[in-house]
Amino acid sequence: MLDARKDDQPLVSVRDLKMHFPIYAGLLRRRVGEVKAVDGVSFDVMEGETLGLVGESGCGKSTCGRAVLRLYDITSGSITIDDREIGTTPQNQLRTMRPTMQMVFQDPQASLNPRMTVEAIIKEPLDEHTSMSDVEKREKVGELMDAVGLNRKFAKRYPHAFSGGQRQRIGIARALALNPKFIVCDEPIAALDVSIQAQVVNLLEDLQEQFGLTYLFISHDLSMVRHIATRVAVMYLGKIVELAPREALYAEPLHPYTQALLSAVPEPDPSLEGKVERIILQGDVPSPSNPPQGCNFCTRCPAVMDICQTDEPAYREVRPGRFTACHLYNDNNNAAG
Amino acid sequence: MPDGALPVLDVRDLKTVFKTRAGEVHAVNDVSFALKPGELLGVVGESGSGKSVTMMSLLGLLPSPPADIRGGTVTFGGNDLLKVDAETLRAVRGGKIGFVFQDPMTSLNPVFNVGVQIMEPLRKHMGLNKRDAAKRAQELLELVGIPDAQRRLKDYPHQFSGGMRQRVMIAIALACDPQVLIADEPTTALDVTIQAQILELMKELRSKLGMAVIWITHDLGVIAGIADRVMVMYGGQVVEHAPVKELFRNPQHPYTRALLKTIPTIHGERAARLTIIEGQPPIMMNAPSACPFRDRCDVAFDRCARENPPRYDLGDGHDAACFFDARTGGPRDA
Repeated sequence: MLDARKDDQPLVSVRDLKMHFPIYAGLLRRRVGEVKAVDGVSFDVMEGETLGLVGESGCGKSTCGRAVLRLYDITSGSITIDDREIGTTPQNQLRTMRPTMQMVFQDPQASLNPRMTVEAIIKEPLDEHTSMSDVEKREKVGELMDAVGLNRKFAKRYPHAFSGGQRQRIGIARALALNPKFIVCDEPIAALDVSIQAQVVNLLEDLQEQFGLTYLFISHDLSMVRHIATRVAVMYLGKIVELAPREALYAEPLHPYTQALLSAVPEPDPSLEGKVERIILQGDVPSPSNPPQGCNFCTRCPAVMDICQTDEPAYREVRPGRFTACHLYNDNNNAAG
Repeated sequence: MPDGALPVLDVRDLKTVFKTRAGEVHAVNDVSFALKPGELLGVVGESGSGKSVTMMSLLGLLPSPPADIRGGTVTFGGNDLLKVDAETLRAVRGGKIGFVFQDPMTSLNPVFNVGVQIMEPLRKHMGLNKRDAAKRAQELLELVGIPDAQRRLKDYPHQFSGGMRQRVMIAIALACDPQVLIADEPTTALDVTIQAQILELMKELRSKLGMAVIWITHDLGVIAGIADRVMVMYGGQVVEHAPVKELFRNPQHPYTRALLKTIPTIHGERAARLTIIEGQPPIMMNAPSACPFRDRCDVAFDRCARENPPRYDLGDGHDAACFFDARTGGPRDA
């Protein structure tokens, strides 16, 4: 699958993306440090694929997703979407780019204006970015509601009248309004009940096929990412530690963090209990304002070596299509990187 | 888990109703279960299924109004907890029955250090003096695996990480050697690697202390790993109840079967498409006169709309509230 696309240009290309937030303290609010939420992240998203971005809370995956869409002014790095460099573009010029790239947010309660009707919410991007007539807009809203499985009759209702799953459908319809190519889905199912999650995931897959969408799917749910993603990137403390095609990553994780993360996921099968070797990580994630020297994971890594505490491992392709940042996969142990 | 042992906690036909402006919401409908000494009972359900309200009801933790406990008995230590006076109930809560809540940040008091909060039940329930309580508090922190316990007693909740805070909560719940520990989604707010730590700690504590545990969660994966028996709730009712292996190998209620199919796995076969349960969970307005799952059920028939199915005993501690017999593939005899 990947080989077929190899000749194609990636739709989204991120290089060495950094997003540092300053910390101010003291009477004069002097800058005393920074939170390195995203610290040198590089990846490509191919046209039509879903790149899963997984990690635990605070690892920077949401910040990364928002930064890629330039919802922040990034610290440094390059972001190319659809052959346009947007890493340094000023916000007012980004407006014309916005229709190509959209976002579905985690909390459908907080991301929908409670004082706007469903119709007004889905129509707003059309008002802002197109010169459609009112009739055309209304028809488009109707089509979008059909596409996400909402009854057109509910167009005049307000968000509070809908359940969590239906609200997420409204958010998805809004994201689709301008025929985007690339959608960042930031934990779109985390706030939903188990029986509703599958409905929304199936919808996202249908829409992807129907409209040829490309997704960056951010989630902490490793089993759901295994279902939806073509390739998966694992983040830890602001960096991608491993990126690989789905099957390869779940069958044979390379990075010790990925191994621990996968082994920690509880499986709904009591007969596996005792058979699956669990790697219980000790301690907590260090603060991103004061990451450890060397490898970010060295404080918790079960396979830590001396070199890990001094040298940061390079993020590189260790096998075809498989990237990781770990000294265990150095060809020679003299810290090339 | 001796089979013939008397249950430590026996709940019969518990019924809780919330009075709202829109009418009465029947949050808990005739829920019955018995907890044997030393066992871990898992309670699974989606939000609104009544799993938390059941546990809050039996300890009198719901404000009334709007909550109204309409009926049932809760037998613990020879008393019916629904009938005893406030003083006795207070002695039970945090004493013989410990509680761990979902969110460790909001259930700890931010203005007191954790030492004070662990010592509170020790002094109130066990009448320990300050020095003994402090000593015991330190032991408890060591028990739940917090390093450098003596110094950490003086720290405030914000100085602990999420996983460490949940350990503190568990220490408080365990302070008075409870016979029953009720844990309401204790790992839901935590990351998977931290969740794995807490689950491991829980297994260790159970084998050390031997208390019975009720573990509420929506995560079937967590349940599979730690429970002895499982109770599945839907629409304020117990729809299926079985020993853990039996439930996962041989689910009998259509809701349990659908739920198990809808969740993707890490190790198993990857489905090309997820199985979905159509529709929404019900809002239990008015007393139930039909099966709460019938609108989303793929085997529902006319009887399901007329009557609410009772829990049919299927043998070996397995029961399911469904008129459809999955074993024969037809309706159960009336």
